[in-house]
Amino acid sequence: MPSDMANDPITRNAVSIGVATAVYAVSFGVLSIAAGFSVAQTCVMSLVCFTGASQLTFVSVIGAGGGVAGALPPALLLAGRNALYALSLRGVLSGTVRKRALRAQVVVDETTAMAHAQSTLAAKRRAFDLTALCLFTAWNIGTLLGALAGRGLGNPRDYGLDAVFPAVFLALLAPQLRGPDAMRVAAAGALIALALVPIAPAGLPIIASALGAVPVLLGAGRRRSRVAVAQAPEAGR
Amino acid sequence: MSWWPVFVLCASAYALKLIGLVVGARLDSETSERWSLEIVVVPVLAALIVIQTFSTGQRFVLDARAPALLVAAVLAWRKAPFVVIALAAAATAALLRLVG
Repeated sequence: MPSDMANDPITRNAVSIGVATAVYAVSFGVLSIAAGFSVAQTCVMSLVCFTGASQLTFVSVIGAGGGVAGALPPALLLAGRNALYALSLRGVLSGTVRKRALRAQVVVDETTAMAHAQSTLAAKRRAFDLTALCLFTAWNIGTLLGALAGRGLGNPRDYGLDAVFPAVFLALLAPQLRGPDAMRVAAAGALIALALVPIAPAGLPIIASALGAVPVLLGAGRRRSRVAVAQAPEAGR
Repeated sequence: MSWWPVFVLCASAYALKLIGLVVGARLDSETSERWSLEIVVVPVLAALIVIQTFSTGQRFVLDARAPALLVAAVLAWRKAPFVVIALAAAATAALLRLVG
């Protein structure tokens, strides 16, 4: 491996996210086969759907006998946050219509968090693309391996891998917590989500947590319109 | 298993991503005001962290993931490299489960 690649934090972080994801992809492959999907169907889901939490929920519910009608709503609720992510990535998702449509496909937790953890727009775009590349490769190779291998690979929990994702997201959230506004918004989001856990279906608490940003967004809008009002007379002169 | 559930899942998952992209692009052209929409990701990531750590399904669960997150928080605060944070969290959870 060239040394400049090893020394670049964005590349290094993207690769480590890929490695952790691959292990989860293997368990998705295993679960999907166990739920009755074929190897081809399992791989198409990872290639075309490419939304880890939704896919896992979808095959788990079907595997547990919940049927498609029972599996689709929770899977889509979990995928719903990607709409918020795509909205927040405006500016980062650049290029021609075709490139943006392609980038939209890889808008997920990891790519969004990596992009927003960078401070310049160029770094955000590079982090998004590199993470997407590592994640897409890892998720699909892992899925294929899991689908072919079937059961008996052990539980990812035994290796503590379920603790890796919150740790990774915390490491990516930390640089975004500049200033009291961001801290308050993060705390509000966490509290909203926790309050909804026992009563709302999976996926909804995470989407609803975005409401934690509303006071700050409204405040910013108000500040901007005050500035606009203050500047208006000058513009008239 | 028939193919239609696979297609429905794939199509709706992509549609959700596209909705955000299209709405974001429209906002950009319609309003000159630059709302800092990046802030929306902060509560969502915070929610993701606490949900993935303290719950399983609709139940609150306090297990090896909580001390692992604590270790990760200390390391993130000390500005440890990303890989160290991820490995330390996995090792903490795995060791605690091995012992407990």
